[in-house]
Amino acid sequence: MKITVAGKTKEYEDGITVAKLVELEKVETPEYVTVTVNDEFVESGSFEDTVIKDGDNVEFLYFMGGGC
Amino acid sequence: MIKMHREDYEKILSHAKNEAPIEACGLIAGHIEGKDKIIDKVYILTNIDHAEEHFSLDPREQLAAVKDMRSNGYEQLGNWHSHPVSPSRPSDEDKRLAYDSTASYMILSLMDEEPVLNSFHIEGDTATKEDLVIG
Repeated sequence: MKITVAGKTKEYEDGITVAKLVELEKVETPEYVTVTVNDEFVESGSFEDTVIKDGDNVEFLYFMGGGC
Repeated sequence: MIKMHREDYEKILSHAKNEAPIEACGLIAGHIEGKDKIIDKVYILTNIDHAEEHFSLDPREQLAAVKDMRSNGYEQLGNWHSHPVSPSRPSDEDKRLAYDSTASYMILSLMDEEPVLNSFHIEGDTATKEDLVIG
């Protein structure tokens, strides 16, 4: 299947989950990453259960924060 | 060296003053020329912590900003936030949450009458001030 990851078209095997995609994309510090699929935010506890479908648009957003 | 246009500096300064004592925050995007980072656009985002001593970028606004950067051909260069009553240097929490060693972390201090903006490269516990040009 073809999906879009961070604006780039990529080909992955059917049925992969968000968790698997995070692994395959070698996302650094995954504990600080929020994932959206077609602009819908995926709860971090649902990465293992959320299956990516052909044509989906996936974004990885890195948490940014701090203090003073 | 990292370069910010004067109007972008004025934009974040005005916002940070309006938000104080809450910390203000956002993203910086642009392009790279050799070893220099040129900021083409600053993004003002909501601090969803609405706190005086913490900030977290609103993820929905972050998503919109990332898409805007892509459509304009900009690279995400880092982020900025204000320190309403503390110096322009990374706090321990800033360092702990600075997981991207390629990013520039800009801190705008409002603690003195004259605001101070600095940009830092942060790697682990070490923060190094970057040469910043505003103009």
